Amino acid sequence: MAFQQGIFYFFATLLVFAAAMVITVRNPVKAALFLVLAFVSAAGLWLLLQAEFLAIVLVLVYVGAVMVLFLFVVMMLDINLVRLREGFGEYLPIGGLVAVLLVAEMIIILGSDQFSPAQMPDPGALPAGHSNTRALGRLLYTTYAYPFEIAAVILLTAIVAAIALTLRRRKDTKYQNPSQQININPRERMRVIKMPSEKKG
Amino acid sequence: MIPLAHYLILGAILFSLSVVGIFLNRKNLVILLMAIELMLLAVNLNFIAFSHYLGDTAGQIFVFFILTVAAAESAIGLAILVVVFRNRQTINVEDLSSLKG
Repeated sequence: MAFQQGIFYFFATLLVFAAAMVITVRNPVKAALFLVLAFVSAAGLWLLLQAEFLAIVLVLVYVGAVMVLFLFVVMMLDINLVRLREGFGEYLPIGGLVAVLLVAEMIIILGSDQFSPAQMPDPGALPAGHSNTRALGRLLYTTYAYPFEIAAVILLTAIVAAIALTLRRRKDTKYQNPSQQININPRERMRVIKMPSEKKG
Repeated sequence: MIPLAHYLILGAILFSLSVVGIFLNRKNLVILLMAIELMLLAVNLNFIAFSHYLGDTAGQIFVFFILTVAAAESAIGLAILVVVFRNRQTINVEDLSSLKG
């Protein structure tokens, strides 16, 4: 179908363009915004591959949370760009060579017969009423229930690690120590004094 | 229809672009983290393409887990970045040489 091919090449061009801008642009804030563009176009490609749930998760979780975190951090840091850009293109020849070789090798391998449309035919449209989310959920909560729990623990570790790393306790902050408060003896604090009542003059 | 090889070649291009990004921005920790995110995106694209063409949903489950681990990784990475910046006032990789590595 020509329409689908047009969409594919549009999103693919956008994705490659955005990725190239991420690694070459000068300002880290712009790089983060181009990374957002890359993620959104990748989500479009995933929709084309009928992975609707993951496409939406990519936009919600990645663009909505992780990239916003990136933007916060980048804007919070006062970065000296001039020093970071020193010798920017120094390793471009060798890096470019590695990249070109990598792509060439992959094209040679992927152009072979095994990945041709004859060997890997397009499965075509899924039947009406097929829910990608339901299929994923069924698999996730039955076969992959144990890895799912481990993923939850990994996220918990990430929360604890991120908070523990960045939590800063100031020296002049006043705070209560509950154990000291509980272990107090009233006699150390309070003194009952007996004194005669005053006479009326 | 679009053949599978097109998706895989797109993933390879994306992956090699992020390799070049690591070569180019080797001093800037933030861009290095972004290049790693791009690499993971390329891997995920391959997983989903194979999942679609082989008709096996397990590939999408793997993408789900990769997304989880990548989110945790970038959260901890950014936290380390903030701590490094707070202590050294720089995120230049060349200045982080106190371990004499």
